[in-house]
Amino acid sequence: MADIQKLKKIASQVRRDIVRMVHAQNSGHPGGSLGCTDFLTALYFEILEHESKNFDMDGKNQDLFFLSNGHLSALWYSVLARSGYFEVKELSSFRKLNSRLQGHPTTKEGLPGIRVASGSLGQGLSVACGAALTKKMNADPKIVYSLHGDGELQEGQIWEAAMFAAHHKIDNIISTVDYNGKQIDGPVDVVMSLGNLKSKWESFGWLVLEMNGNDIEDVVKTLKHAKSLTGKQKPIVILMKTEMGMGVDFMMGTHKWHGSAPNDEQLEKALAQLEETLGDY
Amino acid sequence: MKKFEYTEKKDTRSGFGAGLYELGKQNKNVVALCADLIGSLKMDAFIKDFPDRFYQCGIAEANMIGVAAGLTIGGKIPFAGTFANFATGRVYDQIRQSVAYSGKNVKICASHAGITLGEDGATHQIMEDIGLMKMLPGMVVINPCDYNQTKAATLAIADYFGPVYLRFGRPVVPNFTPADQKFEIGKALLLSEGKDVTIFATGHLVWKSIEAAEILEQKGISAEIINIHTIKPLDAEAVLKSVSKTKAVVTAEEHMLNGGLGDSIAQLLGRKLPTPIEMVAVNDKFGESGKPEDLLAKYGIDTNNIVDAVVHVLKRKTNQ
Repeated sequence: MADIQKLKKIASQVRRDIVRMVHAQNSGHPGGSLGCTDFLTALYFEILEHESKNFDMDGKNQDLFFLSNGHLSALWYSVLARSGYFEVKELSSFRKLNSRLQGHPTTKEGLPGIRVASGSLGQGLSVACGAALTKKMNADPKIVYSLHGDGELQEGQIWEAAMFAAHHKIDNIISTVDYNGKQIDGPVDVVMSLGNLKSKWESFGWLVLEMNGNDIEDVVKTLKHAKSLTGKQKPIVILMKTEMGMGVDFMMGTHKWHGSAPNDEQLEKALAQLEETLGDY
Repeated sequence: MKKFEYTEKKDTRSGFGAGLYELGKQNKNVVALCADLIGSLKMDAFIKDFPDRFYQCGIAEANMIGVAAGLTIGGKIPFAGTFANFATGRVYDQIRQSVAYSGKNVKICASHAGITLGEDGATHQIMEDIGLMKMLPGMVVINPCDYNQTKAATLAIADYFGPVYLRFGRPVVPNFTPADQKFEIGKALLLSEGKDVTIFATGHLVWKSIEAAEILEQKGISAEIINIHTIKPLDAEAVLKSVSKTKAVVTAEEHMLNGGLGDSIAQLLGRKLPTPIEMVAVNDKFGESGKPEDLLAKYGIDTNNIVDAVVHVLKRKTNQ
């Protein structure tokens, strides 16, 4: 049984890391990062079978994760550090000169935990499909996970990859869509409607699950269920409802915090709502 | 000058297909991908004997590049093939982020490059691909000259770790390089020594340069011919060595003037050894439908254009 209280404590610390990192450099994307914190915390601390200490690019016999919406870098860096890929104090170098914690994730600086660069949207599902195929060829039973923004689904390459995965029966992949309904220019429905997302994925040949991405218990339960559905000739996608800015009241219910940093006063206000559970970096 | 002979004309794409098939037998990590152009890329033999190591991607090149990047994670060596236009311009950002910036061991295999693709016309005749690819940090750019060399290059790039752009074409051209050659990435090949001018050529224009040098010989001009099969990294040592002897340069390529081989050579010489240079390339024009030979003539990248360029550069050399 998952220790939900423990996961919630980690998530609270990760949210503190996110707002502090973005504030420190006055740059970054807090909204989506806060929205997906519960998901990524549950994934790394409860679901993934991985080795955080001796990271290697090939990741043989380990589960892999690809962050396709690379602008959630602050979230990913915090989760990677908190799960032991690198030292937590390195979070203070986020987006600074000579840092391994680039604005968007990259392999070039050799940051453990990252296997491909992302940031330019729509590419991660294709990469995840390739990695999943290699696992099959290598008779490696582990699973490939990926996360995508809902706005990102406007990129055509996502649907090329969706077709490809179903056609080649890639059934060792579990992709998650952060369905928060918001993107830079406003609500997704105003910017470019996605229509009926569930039936879209189903018609592309995927098994579709849904979950509340801000309910850690539901996230753990759904990810475990998804895992039980792998190996059945179909790729799996989870449509995950989240609230952008989750955990910081004034960042919720708006797209305005997609890519803006809090000022000193806003930082204090945010931190007052997020318990320091594991010690700030 | 040295005499060059060939027994048959063959297409460089078939050299790729033959090399890929050899790799299928030699290296179990080599996998192939294609975007609905198996026959054009001559991948049939590989697919027939190694069906479990081939992934058809359909007409979806962006996804193919991303899948190729992913396949490297876990040790596979993907060879992703399509026409040069769809292997570069169409998927530039996918190559840039998922392959080049990510340092992935992907081999981008681009057929039907240049104007000699012929009748399909300008939509398919990319002549900007070398420039696009060579600008990407860390990308190796290879443009072999005939069937044998393309086969050898295909084998060689499997043993090199890192992103590679391998460019080849559709028309049959003289197959004159040795069948047993060892292909060395980044090593220019001195084909024939000369003293008056150096012709640096790449791809299909290498044979045209040999033809041009034969004509020049009859005019009493001694041309050195160097085959630059690897445009990046450029063999600066070989270029400088030859040019310091001949003191005049002509470059020849089936590519746009901007961004091509000539531009790389001029950049090097401008910094290290300023020398009169003429460039045989297409100057800021799209191509059109036609027979390959007619197109080379119309667009000014044929044998006689190389001869003219040499005559012209030698006048500049004398006037210095």
